[in-house]
Amino acid sequence: MLRPLKLFGLFARISILNEVQYRANFFMQVLQSSLSLGTGLIVLNVVYSYTDNLGGWSQAELLAVYGVFVLMSGLIGSLVLPNMWAFMEDVREGRLDFTLTKPEDSQVLISVRVVAIWRLVDVLLGIVVLGVAIGRMGLEASWWLAFAFAATLIMGMILLYCVLLLASILSFWFVRVWELMEMMQSIFQAGRWPVGIYPDWLRLGLTYLIPVAFAVTVPAEALTGRLTPELLAGTFVFTLVALFVTRRLWMFGLRNYSGASA
Amino acid sequence: MSEIATPVQPQRAQRYGLRNYLQMYAVAARQAVIEQLQYPAANMMFMVHILIEPVIYLVVWSSVANSQGGAIGGYTAAEFAGYYIIWTLVRQFNLAIGPQGFHWRIKEGRLAAELLRPVHPLLPDLGYYLGYKIPQTIYWLPMGILLWLLFKPEINPVAWQIAAFPVVLMLAFFVRFFFMWLLGLVCFWTERVDALFELYFAAELLFSGRLVPLEVMPVWAQNVANFLPFQWTFYFPIEVLLGRLDLPEFWPGVLAQLAWIAGGYTLVRLIWKLAVKRFTAVGS
Repeated sequence: MLRPLKLFGLFARISILNEVQYRANFFMQVLQSSLSLGTGLIVLNVVYSYTDNLGGWSQAELLAVYGVFVLMSGLIGSLVLPNMWAFMEDVREGRLDFTLTKPEDSQVLISVRVVAIWRLVDVLLGIVVLGVAIGRMGLEASWWLAFAFAATLIMGMILLYCVLLLASILSFWFVRVWELMEMMQSIFQAGRWPVGIYPDWLRLGLTYLIPVAFAVTVPAEALTGRLTPELLAGTFVFTLVALFVTRRLWMFGLRNYSGASA
Repeated sequence: MSEIATPVQPQRAQRYGLRNYLQMYAVAARQAVIEQLQYPAANMMFMVHILIEPVIYLVVWSSVANSQGGAIGGYTAAEFAGYYIIWTLVRQFNLAIGPQGFHWRIKEGRLAAELLRPVHPLLPDLGYYLGYKIPQTIYWLPMGILLWLLFKPEINPVAWQIAAFPVVLMLAFFVRFFFMWLLGLVCFWTERVDALFELYFAAELLFSGRLVPLEVMPVWAQNVANFLPFQWTFYFPIEVLLGRLDLPEFWPGVLAQLAWIAGGYTLVRLIWKLAVKRFTAVGS
């Protein structure tokens, strides 16, 4: 269990050393992230100007949902997505063979190689938005709340990692998988709003097919005191199942992979 | 940067007649059709990628309308549904080469080859994206019908509005095409274009009616929108087919579209001249 974390630490250090050489990129990212945050807040404000209650969520609570969304986008954008793009590129270019010959677990290796550190700006911005939202909600801090929020956030991230990896694994069989990845990224945008407002067919898809509900709405529910212990337990079981299925399909995909460089 | 070639000047070897131009457009258009029909699965996914955005807006705004007694800004929930379903069709038609595509084309050195051709690179682009509308519309149809059945929209166009819609749709494409090209030209000056693109698309989102009908936006945003080209690429064509515009509002709109096309075209020509002077190709 510790070994993957150690590998992650090692690769993260290399990524950071690489990236700090290009400090201008940091300021570009700050500019870009602030722009998209500003746009998101203007949109929220237009909604607020008409109503103070969307699907049972107050203004401050909707702001919390948006904060979790920005935070989660930053986490996925810096830790997960760059690895998936690199992996798909490797399959196409035949470089995956080099990874497979290394004595470490190949799924771990391809999952922790890259850290896009500047995208962590979004994580910071998300935390700031969350802070403001929590202040406005007049939340009483408690250990249960903090634990439930942290746990659901981590499980949400793991679930997104699973579906993104499942989509990437398809590149063992198909050439053009990036459209699928693009599609999933735009579906993730639905997480800006609590999934409860969507019609049933869409909400089911956003819960089980592409787990936007678990990644954004459930942590926000934890923060606003809507999370029941049953839902927390259910999320935990679902996460374990997803990890197991992803692992099996990774092994299955590898058996089908014939290499491209030789 | 091992080899830096001398700036390439656009050639003017011989004059081309209208026939040749039409032929070239037809070839570029056919290429787009053939290319896109090869990948039905990828294109369907691209369609979902495009459609999810208006579906989110639609759900949000119809629930806001419902919570405010059925209508806001003169739109009922069913009219919002109509607005966003027409939106999806308008989106197919105003798709143009994105600035990222332009960036890629310069970074990979593709532009060098395009500059050597005896026609302006803008023209094959134009043909390609016009042809692209054919497979896009084919892929859009089932999705449009599905959305129609799911969201039960209400639209009330009269005959002339239905007849005028294809015209304003094409004009919307030209407006967006020229301004996207203009944005792409920035890549001749700098590599760091992501933040600028983000700013452009944020402005488009807020001031075009892409996010929400302009009447629903705050007054300041409506005022800003009047000085920008964006509303003529989304809001105006949508409103025409929605049946919300009468003739006194229609003609000024068409004139505005034509004016922005003329302005965009002039700017592209001016800046293109400066841009190719700066261009140095890398590689062979």
